[in-house]
Amino acid sequence: MSEFVLEMRDVSKSFPGVKALDHAQLKLRPGTVHALMGENGAGKSTLMKCMFGIYKMDEGAIYIDGEKTTIQNPLDAWDKGISMVHQELQPIPARTIGENIFLGRYPLKKLLGIFPIVDHEKMYADTEKLLKRVRMDFDPRKKLGTLSVSQMQSVEIAKAVAGNCRVLILDEPTSSLTQNEVEALFRIVEDLKKENVAIVYISHKMDEILRISDEVTIMRDGHYIGTWEAKQLTTDFIITKMVGRELTNLYPKRENVPGEVVFEVEDFTSINPRSFRNVSFQLRKGEILGVAGLVGAQRTELMEGIFGTRSHTKGTVRYQGKELKINRPKDAIDQGIAMLTEDRRGSGIMGVLSVADNISIASLNKYVEHGIVLNTKKIDELVEENRQKMNIKTPSGKTLIQSLSGGNQQKVLIGRWLANNPEVLILDEPTRGIDVGAKYEIYCIIADLAKQGKSIIMISSEMGELIGMSDRIMVMCDGRMTGVIDGKDANQENIMALATKFE
Amino acid sequence: MKTKESFGRKVLKYAKANPIVVMLVIVAIIVGITKENFFSWKNFGNLMSNTAIRFLIALGVSGCLITKGTDLSAGRQVGLAACLSGILIQRGDYTGRLTQLPELNMFVVLLIVVAIGIVLGIINGLIITLLKVPPFIATLGTQTIVYGICLVVTDAQPIGGFQKSFIDLINGRIGQSNGFHLPYLLFVALLFGLYFWFLYNKTRHGKYMYAIGGNEVAAEVSGVNTTKTLILIYTTAGIMYATAGWLLAAKTGGASTSMGLGYELEAIAACTIGGVSTTGGVGTVSGVLVGVLVFELLKIVLQFLGVNPYYNYIVQGLVIVIAVALDVRKYLAKK
Repeated sequence: MSEFVLEMRDVSKSFPGVKALDHAQLKLRPGTVHALMGENGAGKSTLMKCMFGIYKMDEGAIYIDGEKTTIQNPLDAWDKGISMVHQELQPIPARTIGENIFLGRYPLKKLLGIFPIVDHEKMYADTEKLLKRVRMDFDPRKKLGTLSVSQMQSVEIAKAVAGNCRVLILDEPTSSLTQNEVEALFRIVEDLKKENVAIVYISHKMDEILRISDEVTIMRDGHYIGTWEAKQLTTDFIITKMVGRELTNLYPKRENVPGEVVFEVEDFTSINPRSFRNVSFQLRKGEILGVAGLVGAQRTELMEGIFGTRSHTKGTVRYQGKELKINRPKDAIDQGIAMLTEDRRGSGIMGVLSVADNISIASLNKYVEHGIVLNTKKIDELVEENRQKMNIKTPSGKTLIQSLSGGNQQKVLIGRWLANNPEVLILDEPTRGIDVGAKYEIYCIIADLAKQGKSIIMISSEMGELIGMSDRIMVMCDGRMTGVIDGKDANQENIMALATKFE
Repeated sequence: MKTKESFGRKVLKYAKANPIVVMLVIVAIIVGITKENFFSWKNFGNLMSNTAIRFLIALGVSGCLITKGTDLSAGRQVGLAACLSGILIQRGDYTGRLTQLPELNMFVVLLIVVAIGIVLGIINGLIITLLKVPPFIATLGTQTIVYGICLVVTDAQPIGGFQKSFIDLINGRIGQSNGFHLPYLLFVALLFGLYFWFLYNKTRHGKYMYAIGGNEVAAEVSGVNTTKTLILIYTTAGIMYATAGWLLAAKTGGASTSMGLGYELEAIAACTIGGVSTTGGVGTVSGVLVGVLVFELLKIVLQFLGVNPYYNYIVQGLVIVIAVALDVRKYLAKK
């Protein structure tokens, strides 16, 4: 017997024009959590796809229990005890928990001894057992769509460990979870460790990695950098290894000086009684106002209400003392407000269109000439100006935005809004799903905008980011504003206290 | 840095990306060599005039497709416009005349059918944007309604006896029909093609259209008035169908309620063959033109090969499936 349940040795994989993996390796011990880290594009997902037989590797081999094996396809991986919970869950909300878990491999029984039909009794009984394993106490006949995101994730984990699971891969499992839900997830992970499952944990969140993992493997540009025991690592060390250079600061030095109050929201209330209500806050010129809260605190909904993508029943929004009438995003944009949405793919980028199209879409009115013709030269200038200012890595303005990395897509979207020269910028999770190096660049852009006198509202679920970037932090809980903390006094504890101040 | 590609290299690249077009061109060349009269001015003129009308319809549908919608009412709208044009344009002394109106100028008639096309387009747009009915269902409904209107208006009677000047003008050409000639319809198609190219590439409306197809939510958040843009797209489409219907009546020299049957499907197929993506946000005017040309070329080839017309549908259907399957392959490979 090998000390490793699964090894990937010397794995190389090339795509036309790029070497995605160059002698990468991964060694998993049973009953441990193994963090796999690296910037976006470092080759983590390619390595995982090789493990699952989705990609054929050019070189290298997989060993299970010390024996060389090949894995043909995901089904084969499942049979060999390897399963994965994807970053973006793909559930079928309209079907029950049990049907989701047993999708594709429903237990069958014979009707009248001939016709195979689905054995619902057995399926739901098994589901109940599996749910217990992930500490969930739900009726397996409940529709999946009625669960919260974290509960759906638990269902996915239950599904992943349903078979004879020996290796479980969790890809960015906490990206949409609240602090409490993260704790619940960690308890499940601890349980699985006791069952001798090896867990591959892919995440960008340093504090989680250092807390939960036993070993850490770091990759960069398709290369294997090394494997360390988590106990001996520090955040700085990991980042240095990941980006291949020293990052002296996580957050840029801020030189903005908040001025007078320019933007006021008063008694803002949603038409949905369970959403935001009676929220009032003020924003100064050149200020970064962080917005903290658990998932479900209605932060995004509140901002969408202000921006006009959601309806409100009462409340006022004022800019420089003048009341703004906003019924749809266009109204907000015309009055100097911009909103970078949370879901970059869902409501941000237009994937099949070019960088130039994406960057100019909100400000096309500025380039119309003779009442109808667009001045494409001016649009090209806009692209070029942003490319230089924000260091956007794109071959040209004609490149499709979907081929850029997350960080560069985000910069394009920021450029889209800046083209309108807004006074108030609402940034909803501006660094979600972006790797460390690009994150720092985004922080610098935000800090610089504040310095120029723009007023910024930044929603974030990362405490460190909020504390590191905000002049003040507004905390929400369950649709209400529960307090505002000065940036200097903010810490995890006082933010959490306000974020969990349920009525 | 951009490097200048040689012409040959460009052709090769295009051929690689569009195997179905290449295949059809090769087939056409073979047919041309083996069959007499295939490479003739007459045949060329035919191909041009057939393509011209279908191109107008496909241009109308293309905007709907690019915004992830569709317009199943296209064919029936063409049919209605053809029938109405027919009724209004009948000679004053024609015995089977269906109207008591005085003899109308053909361009007045064009304005009337275009106005009706605009109304139908606005109705489609409103159903889709305000009532939020998916385009497929919305236009399936209007397709049936428009056909119904057409039956009521014509009493299901075939319509003939058009003003001679109307038929002569639309079927006119520069040059002699037995020698080199360019049908007037070709210029109509070119004019609209240029207009659409301008609309799609140089105007705000065009950019908004691609943005809606690329990501409707993102477009709305970016301040695009998606409702207005979509209504405009379906209305523009209505204008195109009406114009095509008016032309078709003259080209055929008569009209009946079965006119335009299935044209929407051919237009959708031609757009798809020409690279308009059914997942939205992608499509060019030149692509649409190529798609329509391929389709019309296919029809003429089949005719020259003496294939029983009943088999035409089978072959056309196969071409649609194969073309789209090949097109999808391009994206699959990139994953």
